[in-house]
Amino acid sequence: MLFDKPKKSFFGKLSEKISEVFLGRTVDEELLEELEEVLITSDIGMDTTMKIIGQLREDVRKQGLTTEQQVKDRIAGIVESLIDKGENHQICQEIPLVILMIGVNGGGKTTSIGKLANKFKQEGKSVLLAAADTFRAAAGEQLELWGERVGVNVISHHEGADPSAVIFDAIQSAKARHIDVLICDTAGRIQTKKNLMVELEKMNKIIGREYPEAARETLLVLDATTGKNAISQAKEFGEITDITGIVLTKLDGTAKGGIVITIADEFNMPVKFIGVGEGMDDLKEFDPAEFAGGLFNE
Amino acid sequence: MAFESLSDKLQGVFKKLKGKGVLTEADINEAMREVKLALLEADVNFKVVKDFVSSVKEKSLGSDVLESLTPGQQVIKIVNDELVTLMGGANSKLTYSPRGFTIFLMVGLQGTGKTTTCGKLANYLKKNGKKPMLCACDIYRPAAIDQLEVVGKSVDVPVFTMRECREPEIIAEKAVKEAEMKGYDVLIVDTAGRLQIDEALMDELVRVKKAIKPHEILLVVDAMTGQDAVNAAAGFDEKLGIDGVIMTKLDGDARGGAALSVKQVTGKPIKFIGLGEKFDALEPFHPERMASRILGMGDMLSLIEKA
Ligand SMILES: Nc1nc2c(ncn2[C@@H]2O[C@H](COP(=O)(O)OP(=O)(O)OP(=O)(O)O)[C@@H](O)[C@H]2O)c(=O)[nH]1
Ligand SMILES: Nc1nc2c(ncn2[C@@H]2O[C@H](COP(=O)(O)OP(=O)(O)OP(=O)(O)O)[C@@H](O)[C@H]2O)c(=O)[nH]1
Ligand SMILES: [Mg+2]
Ligand SMILES: [Mg+2]
Repeated sequence: MLFDKPKKSFFGKLSEKISEVFLGRTVDEELLEELEEVLITSDIGMDTTMKIIGQLREDVRKQGLTTEQQVKDRIAGIVESLIDKGENHQICQEIPLVILMIGVNGGGKTTSIGKLANKFKQEGKSVLLAAADTFRAAAGEQLELWGERVGVNVISHHEGADPSAVIFDAIQSAKARHIDVLICDTAGRIQTKKNLMVELEKMNKIIGREYPEAARETLLVLDATTGKNAISQAKEFGEITDITGIVLTKLDGTAKGGIVITIADEFNMPVKFIGVGEGMDDLKEFDPAEFAGGLFNE
Repeated sequence: MAFESLSDKLQGVFKKLKGKGVLTEADINEAMREVKLALLEADVNFKVVKDFVSSVKEKSLGSDVLESLTPGQQVIKIVNDELVTLMGGANSKLTYSPRGFTIFLMVGLQGTGKTTTCGKLANYLKKNGKKPMLCACDIYRPAAIDQLEVVGKSVDVPVFTMRECREPEIIAEKAVKEAEMKGYDVLIVDTAGRLQIDEALMDELVRVKKAIKPHEILLVVDAMTGQDAVNAAAGFDEKLGIDGVIMTKLDGDARGGAALSVKQVTGKPIKFIGLGEKFDALEPFHPERMASRILGMGDMLSLIEKA
C-alpha cells in the first residue's frame, strides 16, 4: 500500500503522540498548546503550526468538537488543505520531457533519478540520464551504476567538465535518439552559494534554449530530516528555476518531513514523490489525502 | 552565515533587556518566551529548548541578578554560559590511542557527509604530522568505493579497499593490519550511511566496532537537520556508543539547531565542523566562540588567532 512506511514513521509517531496528549481529556486551551508542540516537533514551522492550531481552535468552537477522533480528523483536514495542490502532484505525462533535479548536498538527487528512471522505464518510456554533476568525487560513476542497474544510458563527461556542456550533449543525444524522458543530475549545492547558483541557472537556460519543444519538470529534492533550512532552499532554488515539484526523500527514517507542509503552504509547491528507501523501487507517488488521512490513523 | 537568524533574534531580545535598568519577573518571562521561539525557529530540539529556557529563567530570577545594577547584562551572561554548556563547554580534541595506532570510525545517516569528511579529516591529520590511511567499508552505495578513492587521491592519502568482500568487519580488520604493517599511524574507516532504526545495518556497525575496536567513533551530522537530529544521534549513541560528533554543511545558512541539540541529548561533544565541499573546509569546533558569535559578542578569539 502507498504510504505504508511514512505512516509508521511520521504519522504513526505523530498519531501516538497525539493519543498521549489526549488520554480522555476535554478539548481546552492547554490541550491545544500541547498539540501545537506535537506539530512543532514534526518540523512544521511555527507560522504554519500557528495557522493550523488557529484554524483548529476556531473549528473546535464552531463545530463543537469534543472527542479525540474529531480533533484528529480536523487537523488532518486542515493539513490536507494546506498540502493539496490538486492535479499538480502528478508528474508531467507529455513527451519529450526534460527533468532537472536540483537541491542541496546529499539530499538524494542521484538516487531519486535512478528510481525515477526505473519508474519511467517500467511505463515503457525511453529514458536517458545526463551526469551533470561533474564536481563531486565519483558522482558520474554513481549515476552510471544507476543507469546500469535500471538499464538506461548515461551521458557523462570527465570530472571537472562544464556541467552545461554535459546537458547540451545529452539534449542532442536525446533528440537524435527520440528519447521520451531526459533526466539531468546536478551537483548538490548550498543555496546561498552565488556562483554555484549561477551555474545552475545556466544549465536551466541551456535546456530552454536547446530544447524548447520539450516539456519541463524541475524537481527540488528535499531530505525529510531537514529542518527550517528547507524554507530557504525552496526560496533560493525557486528564484533561479521554476520549481514544478518536490521529491521528499528519506521518509523511511524517523524524520517527519513536516517542513514540507510549510513549504507547500508558503510556496505553493506540490510534492510529487516521496523516497522511502535506497532501492530502485523505493519511490512513491505523493497523495495528499492519504498523507493527511494517514496522520492519525494507526 | 550559519546561525545568523538565531543570532539576529536573540540579539533583538537582548537589546530590549539591556535597555532596562530594572527587570521584573514579567520582563524575564517575556524575554524567555522570545528566546524559546527563536531557538525553536532555529531547529533546536523542542525538549532541549524547554530545559534551556527553564534553566535560564531559574537562574535569572535569583535575587542577585534582579537586584544587580545591570540586570539585563546579567541575564545575557546567563544565556551565554548556558549556550556554551549546551554546546559542550571547551573545545574537545580528538584523542589518539596511547598504543600509537589510532582508528577513527565514521558513522551516520545517509548523505550527511561521511565520505567527504574522511578526506577532510585525513587532510587535517596530515597537516598535524600524522600518517593516515583511509578504509572503504561502504559496500552498498553505488560507487562509494570509487568516491573514497577519488577523495584519497585528492588529499594524497592511500585508500584500503576490498571490492569483492561483502563483510565490512573483515575489510576493516584487514585494513588495520595493512596500515600498521605499512607504518601508518591513523586509520579512518568510512561506512555506509544508515538509519539508526535499521537493525541489520546497525548490527553490522557493531560487528565492525568489535572487530577493530576504534579509538573514536565519530557521528557525522548534517547541520541542516531539524527535530530529528536528536533521534538519530541518540540512536547511534545507544547502539554503538559514539565519542564525538562532526557537524557538516555549516557553510550555508543552516540555523544550527542540530548543533545545539545533539550534545545535550548524547552528552558527546562536537569536535569538528565542516564548512564546505573542499578538503580543507574542516575546523575544530569551539563552543564558547560559537556561543559568542550567536550572541553577537564578536568572535574575538577567532579574530585574534587569525591576526
Ligand atoms: N534511507 C533512505 N536513503 C536515501 C533515500 N534517498 C537517497 N538516500 C541515500 O542518501 C544518500 C545520498 O543520496 P544521493 O542520491 O547520492 O544524494 P545527492 O543529492 O545526489 O548527493 P550529492 O550529489 O552529493 O549532492 C545515499 O546514501 C542514498 O542511498 C531514501 O529515500 N531513503
Ligand atoms: N556544502 C557542504 N557540502 C558538504 C560538506 N560535507 C559534505 N558535503 C557534501 O555533501 C554531499 C554528501 O557527502 P558524502 O561525503 O557523500 O556523504 P556520505 O555521508 O558519505 O553519504 P552516504 O555515504 O551516501 O551516506 C556531497 O555533495 C558532499 O560534497 C560541507 O561541510 N559543506
Ligand atoms: Mg548526486
Ligand atoms: Mg559515503
